[in-house]
Amino acid sequence: MARTWRARAMQVQMARALTTCLFGARVFAPRNSFTATGGEVLSWNWRSLSTSALQHTGGLQVCVVGSGPAGFYTAEKVLKRFERAKVDILDRLPTPFGLVRSGVAPDHPETKVVTNQFSRVAVSDRCSYFGNVTLGTDVSLEELRMLYDVVVLAYGAESDRKLGVPGEELVGVHAAREFVWWYNGHPDQVNLQPDLQSSDTAVVLGQGNVALDCARILLRSTEELATTDIAEHALVQLRESRIRRVVLVGRRGPVQAACTAKELREIMGIKGLSVKVRACDLALSPADLEEMKASRSHKRVYELLVKAAGSKLPVHNGSGGRELLFVFYRNPAEILSSDDGARVAGVKLEKTVLQGEKDKPQRAVGTGEFEEVSCGLVLKSIGYKSIPIPGLTFDHRQGLVPNSKGRVLRSVEEGSSFVAGLFVVGWLKRGPTGIIGTNLIDADETVESIVEDWTSGGLGSQSSSCPPGSRGLQELLEERCISIVTFDDWLKIHSAEVALGSEKGKPQEKIICREEMLSIAKQVSSQTP
Amino acid sequence: MRGLRVATGLAARLLQHGRVAELRTGSVGIFRSLVCNNPSATYDSSLNSRVSDTCGFSSRVSIQGSSCAPRHEPGFVSNVSLGASGEIVEPNKFILSYLGSSQLFPPGRSNGFSTSAAATPEADAEKISVTFVNKDGEETEIKVPVGMSMLEAAHENDIELEGACEGSLACSTCHVIITDEELYNKLPEPTDEENDMLDLAFGLTETSRLGCQVIAKPELDGLRLALPAATRNFAVDGHVPKPH
Repeated sequence: MARTWRARAMQVQMARALTTCLFGARVFAPRNSFTATGGEVLSWNWRSLSTSALQHTGGLQVCVVGSGPAGFYTAEKVLKRFERAKVDILDRLPTPFGLVRSGVAPDHPETKVVTNQFSRVAVSDRCSYFGNVTLGTDVSLEELRMLYDVVVLAYGAESDRKLGVPGEELVGVHAAREFVWWYNGHPDQVNLQPDLQSSDTAVVLGQGNVALDCARILLRSTEELATTDIAEHALVQLRESRIRRVVLVGRRGPVQAACTAKELREIMGIKGLSVKVRACDLALSPADLEEMKASRSHKRVYELLVKAAGSKLPVHNGSGGRELLFVFYRNPAEILSSDDGARVAGVKLEKTVLQGEKDKPQRAVGTGEFEEVSCGLVLKSIGYKSIPIPGLTFDHRQGLVPNSKGRVLRSVEEGSSFVAGLFVVGWLKRGPTGIIGTNLIDADETVESIVEDWTSGGLGSQSSSCPPGSRGLQELLEERCISIVTFDDWLKIHSAEVALGSEKGKPQEKIICREEMLSIAKQVSSQTP
Repeated sequence: MRGLRVATGLAARLLQHGRVAELRTGSVGIFRSLVCNNPSATYDSSLNSRVSDTCGFSSRVSIQGSSCAPRHEPGFVSNVSLGASGEIVEPNKFILSYLGSSQLFPPGRSNGFSTSAAATPEADAEKISVTFVNKDGEETEIKVPVGMSMLEAAHENDIELEGACEGSLACSTCHVIITDEELYNKLPEPTDEENDMLDLAFGLTETSRLGCQVIAKPELDGLRLALPAATRNFAVDGHVPKPH
């Protein structure tokens, strides 16, 4: 059986090298209706009637690796642009939605609403979800490229930037990503067990939204968290937490803070939490003023910080008072260990000043003056990093895949040619920055590149008949005894999670063990979800 | 009230599961009562409603008794009173929608979010004309009932306007540009929360708003809304990773 797709794949590969054909047919996307699980017929029409959908004779076979926002927006746009395209979305986890599930904070349910839209894409009859399939181990990139006309990599950034200072590996020092995965019930960080006991202070290095999320989870009342979908193991530990003070450290000043006004306003509004900013840090240089003029967002963040500094709220709200302290102009120089050397005891910070040439971002430069902050937990929130896979060009310096508007380049060097039919989107393409909505625009760009390449014959496969696509992948995975989790399977897991949650008054209780997910996924459905 | 925000629009949907309705908003607060002004029946559910949890990320409100069971038709919820201190927030219009048995898949948008104004024939008079200009410059003119948000109106008319958070002020994907400054000035000032999201919108202009926060009213008749030419902007001034 497996022979068939391999023979086909060879053909496709040859066709890629020889391709010339053009198909210019343009047709409008008709209204699609489909059946959702549970037998309910829903009519949902793609809202992209302004841009014409393209017709591929055999139906373009597209594989998207990664089911986070970048992956789903790409799938949605491909389905809209190509009338007969078929999109398969792969994820290494049984569960879809990437960082919407494991990144977005549990107390931001409104941000997760976007999964409704993604689910509508996933249940389209031209889209299939292949959960529990890992690129690089279960199936190689080369194989995927043989199976599909187009492969779009959207697997994000699952590693972290290094600080590069002594003590980084001490017990009690974690990447913010690990902490976030832990409280969000990501199967890979269930056993993190951050130390929330040995000190009342945690230091978060970085001042972006992830840093603020971590601070909020550490400082918010657990009664409030108990009504969210926070992982139970995290809630149990947070209930016992001694942490009352979180210090957010930034290399530069309040004008350069990476967080957004929304997150800042939110944390400033938490009952029983005083947000402190040192008045001396708020002084503005002419360069700062220029930066604020150029960025409305930074200006508004700065104004909020000024407000926090001037806040007349009582500093001590009794013993239960919790505090968030913004520390600016400090560069972590060393993570300090406890006397026995076993674990973290503090952070040594070097004071900085900003320097910069005109029209360039100001840089923090050390002054040689140091200070120490004692703490029992350090979270490094200085940025995520993508992980390379065999057979893929990778820019190790920037931690992303070199690309031109989403087309994967053959090398990091400028002017490099691109790999036909291979694309990137999301954090793997542009680096770990932006909000969910950024992926919408990002996916637009990548899908436009696919359309252009298809129109110009640059995809390399369309002169031949349909590549094996889904069927080929399925055969291959079956041969390798990989248990595929379909979207219907995921809906079973989701129902189980909702049921578990409702027992506790939570919107859902995430299942954290892969084996348990798989066993629910493979249960014969006895009731409609 | 500190930390309190009541989102208007789709976010405040009641998801009905049998007799239990779940009020989901982006608000932090305690919902004490809900007053639903349905065009056909006004009822005060505070008499028979029970707030089963007191923390407002996702307050569960069970509505009991047939007299107050919502009809299967849309209506507005207003006068949500909140908080231990019992403060009453300014009347806020919430659009109710009934999502049936499945929590995950709302029915077609046009079924879910139609308003009372749209439900009655005499309400035709209360529609305004709105023109959407897409990123390729194509125009679509639609009639929007007074009280409906531009996000809902766009979705009802198959106009491509994203709404990732479905109107709960948690994203900026429904960003629209009001091309006529005079009409822009007729809108209520954006709230801090809306401005927070606009901060993150692509192609922000002086007359940018979020479609979910622009509610049709008679003075806005003839409104023109341009969708930002996102693809072009992204290439030019897309986000670049910030140095740390």
